[in-house]
Amino acid sequence: MRQDHLITATQLSRDDIEAVLDRAREVADDPAAYADRHTGRVLALCFFEPSTRTRMSFDSAAKRLGIDTIDMGDVDSSSVSKGESLSDTVRVIEGYADALVLRHPSEGAATLAAEQVSVPVVNAGDGAGQHPSQTLLDLHTIRENHGLDDLTVGIMGDLKYGRTVHSLAAALTEFDANQHFISPESLRLPRSVRFDLHETGAQIREHEELEPVLDELDVLYVTRIQKERFPDENEYHRVAGEYQIDAETLDAAPDDLTVMHPLPRVDEIAPDVDETDHATYFEQAHNGIPVRMALLDTLLENAEAAEGMEVGR
Amino acid sequence: MSDHELRVSKIRDGTVIDHVEGGQALNVLAILGIDGSEGHGVSVGMNVPSDRLGRKDIVKVEERELSQSEVDVLSLIAPEATINIVRDFEVVEKNRVTRPDSVTGVLSCPNRNCITNADEPVDTRFDVVADGVRCDYCSTILRADIADHIDV
Repeated sequence: MRQDHLITATQLSRDDIEAVLDRAREVADDPAAYADRHTGRVLALCFFEPSTRTRMSFDSAAKRLGIDTIDMGDVDSSSVSKGESLSDTVRVIEGYADALVLRHPSEGAATLAAEQVSVPVVNAGDGAGQHPSQTLLDLHTIRENHGLDDLTVGIMGDLKYGRTVHSLAAALTEFDANQHFISPESLRLPRSVRFDLHETGAQIREHEELEPVLDELDVLYVTRIQKERFPDENEYHRVAGEYQIDAETLDAAPDDLTVMHPLPRVDEIAPDVDETDHATYFEQAHNGIPVRMALLDTLLENAEAAEGMEVGR
Repeated sequence: MSDHELRVSKIRDGTVIDHVEGGQALNVLAILGIDGSEGHGVSVGMNVPSDRLGRKDIVKVEERELSQSEVDVLSLIAPEATINIVRDFEVVEKNRVTRPDSVTGVLSCPNRNCITNADEPVDTRFDVVADGVRCDYCSTILRADIADHIDV
């Protein structure tokens, strides 16, 4: 991967993705070989929105590469609460770290940050925009279970605001996957995402029900429908209830169906699914470590190569 | 159109924007930030007969020549427009508008949750796509309602 930053999944080619996933496999096979790879480097964790697993996963991945991490802490206790712009914040933190991981509630925040600084920026979620490092670990999980060729993937739940969905759908086009999108009408994919999918000539179909496509799927990727997306709580309960699965739902699924979820789940996947061979979401979450190690390793390596070129000029 | 049909007189110096899609003349003025308070003479013809468009609008602005960035944005709402620069009653330059690859700092993003609407010190930037424009930051696509988001 010859990228300076990771901002959206649309920037990634199949070769870019496979290079990171190949490295993730190497990391998983022999983590000790990577342990001191970036000793002395510092990674800044800038989370302008609450996060547990993504923050901890990057923190852990960095430390396993010998990287120290510094954490901006909660927004309430930082300079942001004094009204500092994101541009100023990242320009200051750039001086403290060799790379930034950014989560922010506004779409486009990571694009803006990458324009302001010269160290690598990883988008760890920008509003309802993108979450490309999640996509890399999603693809790693799919690859380890099915490979990435001739895939049929169903993506269900909140497709409108789900940033993991937007990134995954874009990346799957690089593998010519058949994609089925299952959601209530009000939470269909946004126009901008559909535009990109159509531009690539992707095979996509949209549905309001899972049942008619379930038996075709290799992967079912479930996302949470959030209560705050609905003005009326009764409407939320009615709609959300139609997009929950349990072990019985999966009786009609192919035996090798892989069920994934970016987590946290609330009640969209019943606990009885955990006991089936379909459940892959905990494995998926654990894959965050080797994949983010591979990603940070790649970006820091690219940055070092670019520095070397500047020095040599 | 022959001279006896002309509804507004020729101008001495300035710009004539011709072949604007019928009904868009006031948006053209909005893009140019012209509301009459600048003291320029402004004439507007709306829905006048046109061989090419059926009905067209014409905008004449005296003592004002358009910049490239103004022409770029005009092209988005008036793709058939011609820009005539007039000096001493003569048309000295006649240009068709061409769609730019991108427009910077002239449109506001319709997505209220876009980082460009958050008081950051950056100009908006939109790529021009098949039938509209697209925010470079949040990817939101703006189509028919471009004129409502002009921010100059």
